[in-house]
Amino acid sequence: MRVHAKRAGVLLGGLMAPALSTADWTLNMSPGVTGTSNDIFSLHMTILWICVVIGVVVFGIMFWSIFAHRKSPDRKPANFHENTLVEILWTIIPLVILVVMAIPATATLVDMYDTTEADVDIKVTGYQWRWKYDYINDDFGYFSNISTSDDEIYNRTEKSENYLLDVDNPMVVPVGAKVRLLLTANDVIHSWWVPEFGIKKDAIPGFINEAWTRVDEPGIYRGQCTELCGVKHGFMPVVVKAVPQDEYDDWVAEQKEAAQRERELTQKDWTMEELMERGEKAYASACASCHQADGSGSPPAFPALKGSQIALEDMDAHLDVVVNGVSGTAMQAFGDQLSEVDLAAVITYERNAWGNDTGEMVTPKEVFEYKNQE
Amino acid sequence: MSAVADTHAQDDHHHGPAKGITRWLLTTNHKDIGSMYLIFSFTMFLLGGAMAMVIRAELFQPGLQIVEPEFFNQMTTMHGLIMVFGAVMPAFVGLANWMIPLMIGAPDMALPRMNNWSFWLLPCAFLILVSTLFMQGGAPNFGWTFYAPLSTTYGPPSTTFFIFAVHIMGVSSIMGAINVIATILNMRAPGMTLMKMPLFVWTWLITAFLLIAVMPVLAGVVTMMLMDINFGTSFFDASGGGDPVLFQHLFWFFGHPEVYIMILPAFGAISHIIPAFSRKRLFGYASMVYAVGAIALLSFVVWAHHMFTVGIPIAGQLFFMYATMLIAVPTGVKVFNWVATMFRGSLTFEAPMLFAVAFVILFTIGGFSGLMLAIAPADFQYHDTYFVVAHFHYVLVPGAIFGIFASAYFWLPKWTGHMYDETLAKTHFWLSFVGMNLAFFPMHFLGLAGMPRRIPDYALQFADFNMVSSIGAFMFGATQILFLVIVVKCVRGGEKASAKPWDGAEGLEWTVPSPAPYHTFSTPPEVK
Repeated sequence: MRVHAKRAGVLLGGLMAPALSTADWTLNMSPGVTGTSNDIFSLHMTILWICVVIGVVVFGIMFWSIFAHRKSPDRKPANFHENTLVEILWTIIPLVILVVMAIPATATLVDMYDTTEADVDIKVTGYQWRWKYDYINDDFGYFSNISTSDDEIYNRTEKSENYLLDVDNPMVVPVGAKVRLLLTANDVIHSWWVPEFGIKKDAIPGFINEAWTRVDEPGIYRGQCTELCGVKHGFMPVVVKAVPQDEYDDWVAEQKEAAQRERELTQKDWTMEELMERGEKAYASACASCHQADGSGSPPAFPALKGSQIALEDMDAHLDVVVNGVSGTAMQAFGDQLSEVDLAAVITYERNAWGNDTGEMVTPKEVFEYKNQE
Repeated sequence: MSAVADTHAQDDHHHGPAKGITRWLLTTNHKDIGSMYLIFSFTMFLLGGAMAMVIRAELFQPGLQIVEPEFFNQMTTMHGLIMVFGAVMPAFVGLANWMIPLMIGAPDMALPRMNNWSFWLLPCAFLILVSTLFMQGGAPNFGWTFYAPLSTTYGPPSTTFFIFAVHIMGVSSIMGAINVIATILNMRAPGMTLMKMPLFVWTWLITAFLLIAVMPVLAGVVTMMLMDINFGTSFFDASGGGDPVLFQHLFWFFGHPEVYIMILPAFGAISHIIPAFSRKRLFGYASMVYAVGAIALLSFVVWAHHMFTVGIPIAGQLFFMYATMLIAVPTGVKVFNWVATMFRGSLTFEAPMLFAVAFVILFTIGGFSGLMLAIAPADFQYHDTYFVVAHFHYVLVPGAIFGIFASAYFWLPKWTGHMYDETLAKTHFWLSFVGMNLAFFPMHFLGLAGMPRRIPDYALQFADFNMVSSIGAFMFGATQILFLVIVVKCVRGGEKASAKPWDGAEGLEWTVPSPAPYHTFSTPPEVK
């Protein structure tokens, strides 16, 4: 069955080779780069060819009737209207085909569900509208935001090659290792998909879903969020970089060190200028997608921060909103998403940008104390 | 058969239609109500279609050109809701109102006043739904499947109005269904046993039971949303101990039978049209009835195939995969029966037959992609991509919509007393056929290449097929104006239609004159 499927796949691939040379007219699914995606591709080709064969037979008979049995003066319609044998046959035969099809499908499914004995565990959290990757065995994690500019989206500049499919920090996985993904979400349901891995799994608030993959070839693989998750659902790409094991180990060591440095920054004495500079960047990545880069928001769902009561008045109230979120609204709790430094920088920035001239700042140490006061 | 009520020969109870607007507001006549349902449905079809045009215009090229993502999401949501609840369902209720009494030899529907009410609820429901477009925060923007918590915690303020509109539509549908069941079970002409009923009546009887079974579930799920939004409960809010996946189970327990609600009556109508233009009896009447029954029963145990990626346990995954694959068997039986009916018939291809033949071919293609989607591991790649969009448009456009067009052309002479313009109707068919395939076939390729659905903008490799698809969609959309022209022309005049304008057609509806008098079958006909 599988062998036939592969042969069939190759055949179709051969027919479409001219089309594939211009990637734009791609007609078929990609076989992908993992065992799972190859299995899925075989299933896909098998069922496709079964459908094609049935279609040819059924439509063939139908077209034969259309051409041969048209009304003409000497044409008398036949009178039959049932035939038990034929009716039993065309019930049994499809049933047999389905059973034959169900066997490899079941085997692939069982394999896909086997998430045991993973080498690397990565927690994937969906946020509106970015992904967070936590390497839970190595104690670091980071956000992955779309890096396509608004200018490209609004047609003010030429679109780059990986338009809408590029991020600032891709997920990095080692080649040849079994990577287990633990998927969840912070707000609404998202879905994490990389076509070439054959993984698509929903990230659901309150649930932890599991999936696994073993990537055999180094490379950069791209996908997108596939569950409608709000206004920027189409702008939430998934990018995974598969690298050789030693390169991966170096990268992990680097990330751990950087995470350590970040933690130390909390203790540093920050100046207003430093916080504002850092705040602008942190705001752009964490807040601007809802509250807009100029703080104008998009009411009523996302209120403006420019000139708002929260940003101009009581500091503790401002801290509370950012750290704990506002329940029942789209405002998330950022306390666990951002470092103390970024929280302090964002709050300081919001209180002093776009004409919000409070002149007040909050330091990472104060944020740390606020978070740990209870 | 002299069952036709001649208004002059009857006593005073049987008068013609009232004059002016009150005729339509207060009517309890199944033909008037049927016409109103059909007109309402076509209005909604144009409105939902206009929204589809906005969607396809934005997707014509990569980048954002015409609308913002926020409005785009409102368009996809409203397009889906209006087409499902406003266009397809009311069209079939309209056909049921017109044809079921005529087909079973009944003078009217069993519950005529409720019939009037269930119609007039619909314009109210859709007035509320469409008005959300003008509210602050905009219309619902969470897709026609309105998954929580996107539609609850994160929904726009207008969501409560949407919920109210869904409740009203549900009430209307349930009353319509009760009426259909009461009519069919109680008012058949003497001698018409269940297994002698026309197939359109059979499919509608089964559809009505599906409606009664699942519309309350929909009402329940939107009520839970209402509570979550306005009264602080947490049915679907994980942070309050709720379960977002529960929403999907409830929604699809409604949603899967719902898709059969939209297709079964079309199966019935096609089972009249193909024999009529093949001049040959329907092949396998009994197996057709059993197949529809089997499809309806299976529809209750396959819902989680819409949820293969939510992480249900493997045992559940396997159960829903096998159950879904099984649906291919009765559906296959129906297709084989239609083809066998055509085989060695004496075929002509007037507009109803053209739409019916296209129905069989294109619906089967939609069925094939459905079978592919049933294979759970493969579904991981297809799910929520344009492959799914292609699939359900192949079953709904050439399925439900072509079924409705075929029925409309088939019975227009009976409704209006005139023949429609065959040349224009054939033009309507061919333009629709080409436009529809141009619009939806490339979506298979887009989905397989990895384009997710419900996105306002896409990566560059999807550009070419999207442009083709948009051109097809514009063609299909513009063509539907032609249908309006054809129907108006047919209502106003044209060649006089005889009582039975199609020489191969069978059934009681062809025993009354064309146009069908305001009151028919005041005395029940005898069925041998």
